[in-house]
Amino acid sequence: MNPDDKNLRWIEPPELGFWGKTYLPLLLEGMTTTLRHLFSRKITVQSPEERHEIPEPLRYRGVHRLNRDEQGRVKCVACFLCATACPAHCIDIVAAESPWPDREKYPQTFDIDELRCIYCGMCEEACPVDAIELTSLYDLSGKSREEMVYDKPELLSVYDRTKDSDRRPVGGVSDGDRCESPAQSPSETPFTRESPSETPFTRESPSETPPTGGR
Amino acid sequence: MADSRQIIEALIKIALLIGALMTAAAYLVLLERWIAAWIQDRRGPNRVGVPLTKIRLFGLGQPIADGVKFLFKEGLTPGHVDKLLYFLAPVTIFVAALAVFAVIPFGSVLPETGLESGQEPIRLVVAPGIDVGMIYVFAVGGIAVYGVLLGGWASNNKYSLFGGLRSGAQLISYELPLGLGILGVVLATGSLRLDAIIAEQAQSGTWNVLVQPLGFVVFFVAAFAEAGRLPFDLPEAEQELVGGYHTEYSGVKLMMYLVAEFLHMIAAAFLIVILFFGGWHFWGVTGSGEQVTWVGAILRVIVLLGKVMAAIFFFMLARWSWPRFRFDQLMTLAWKVMLPLGLVNVVVVAAWIEYGEELAARLGVSPAMSMAVLGWFTLIAAGVIVTAVVPAGYDNRPRRGALVPGTEGEKAE
Repeated sequence: MNPDDKNLRWIEPPELGFWGKTYLPLLLEGMTTTLRHLFSRKITVQSPEERHEIPEPLRYRGVHRLNRDEQGRVKCVACFLCATACPAHCIDIVAAESPWPDREKYPQTFDIDELRCIYCGMCEEACPVDAIELTSLYDLSGKSREEMVYDKPELLSVYDRTKDSDRRPVGGVSDGDRCESPAQSPSETPFTRESPSETPFTRESPSETPPTGGR
Repeated sequence: MADSRQIIEALIKIALLIGALMTAAAYLVLLERWIAAWIQDRRGPNRVGVPLTKIRLFGLGQPIADGVKFLFKEGLTPGHVDKLLYFLAPVTIFVAALAVFAVIPFGSVLPETGLESGQEPIRLVVAPGIDVGMIYVFAVGGIAVYGVLLGGWASNNKYSLFGGLRSGAQLISYELPLGLGILGVVLATGSLRLDAIIAEQAQSGTWNVLVQPLGFVVFFVAAFAEAGRLPFDLPEAEQELVGGYHTEYSGVKLMMYLVAEFLHMIAAAFLIVILFFGGWHFWGVTGSGEQVTWVGAILRVIVLLGKVMAAIFFFMLARWSWPRFRFDQLMTLAWKVMLPLGLVNVVVVAAWIEYGEELAARLGVSPAMSMAVLGWFTLIAAGVIVTAVVPAGYDNRPRRGALVPGTEGEKAE
């Protein structure tokens, strides 16, 4: 960059002036700012007791789920597009011949290593049948690395727990048009932020208490 | 002279003081974290309560957890350090920081009830007989520089050395304005004893900050710098020196440094309150004489500690209000601003003591009032002159004149 450049616009710092040189207005300004914040409302969410409110649950990328179709079967057709798209290589699928007539293959096993996953949502983008989706559940935890590798039943149970939430799934089935209900009825598992579950989202309790936070 | 009663009395006072100071240092860490959190719109530590229970107590158990954590941490000694000095440095700064409190009164006197006749009333200060109190504070406080310098040197690490160097320069530079700020008070009181300084302010009812505001400003800024608090925390400067002189320290040795830092802050707050804010005196609450009842004695302790807490609170607020100085700005402030201001204050106070009271009596005005008017006039005049004369910090941003050849800026360079 040439300092002679005609297009260059030089900005001179403002002169301090008398009061600026005494520093008093600046000292006062700093003090009033800190004092204002000292008494202002605190924004901390007291995490285990209060739940963090996700402003855009539809856009949030949390724990994966495997969607079911109208008959409660897994929607996945084991095409491996998600595993191919995955930049972290965290999806492991073993395909088998489908027992159902409407598709050729289905996933015999479907493992996602939630620790390797970077929650980029590429699998969701890649899926041709909207079978895999990211939910707005954010506080997954486990006691070992093995525990954090979620298998097919686990991922399906995530679907069961989030299907009736406000987060209207794109590929999932909402209450009205579902034929077979593998989990409890929706009235028993309300997703309210006001009643935080006692157990956060862990593997030990897949279907007892619904985790809140999803909308 | 030192009979057994005096020794027992001193030992009790030492035990009380050390216990109170260690607890205070631990809880000031919690207070500091709370205030930091509140200012940043957070809540701060509020989980740890009574150990082994689920009682939270707003996080008041946090200092216990912190202390236990520090004690059980590995005291790692890096292989490249000077072993003896590395060990000696934190001990030096800790002992020096603690020893300052020997002459700092934490109250007035206890009532004379229960004493045999002829005995001195118990003064609430560990070493009541020291007539050179202020000089002792300076001498022992000066040793703290050794702790920092030795720590920086012994760590054999460039960040530590920089921290030590900065700290050496800073602490020694600010010792001069600190002394000059006190000198005015000492001149006005005629004694170096801290309890005498309080007694004088209580007797006259005018705190020194009212009559010597310039001295107060000089002392206050210098005390901030001596305590190493923001905006004068260049020896540590976490963001640039990763902790400065205590980068290489861990475990109990690090704890000694950190506690010493808080002790410095407490000592600075005590000195500010005692020298300029009347110590235990408060109008209409504590009285001013030597004779006190038990209620009065306790009230005086509470007033003193309340004032000290207010000063500490201000220290903590200032940390988040004002940005850290650059090193050249720091030195400019010490040598070009604070030192001349301190000298002006000393000259004004000395001239007042020599001629002023006579003059005031001849003019028929109250000496305290005229002294206050003179003090505030000096403050404002000195402030205006300093503002006009001293450049407001060097501006080293690139200017057009400095970069483009042929413009007027180049000639000026």
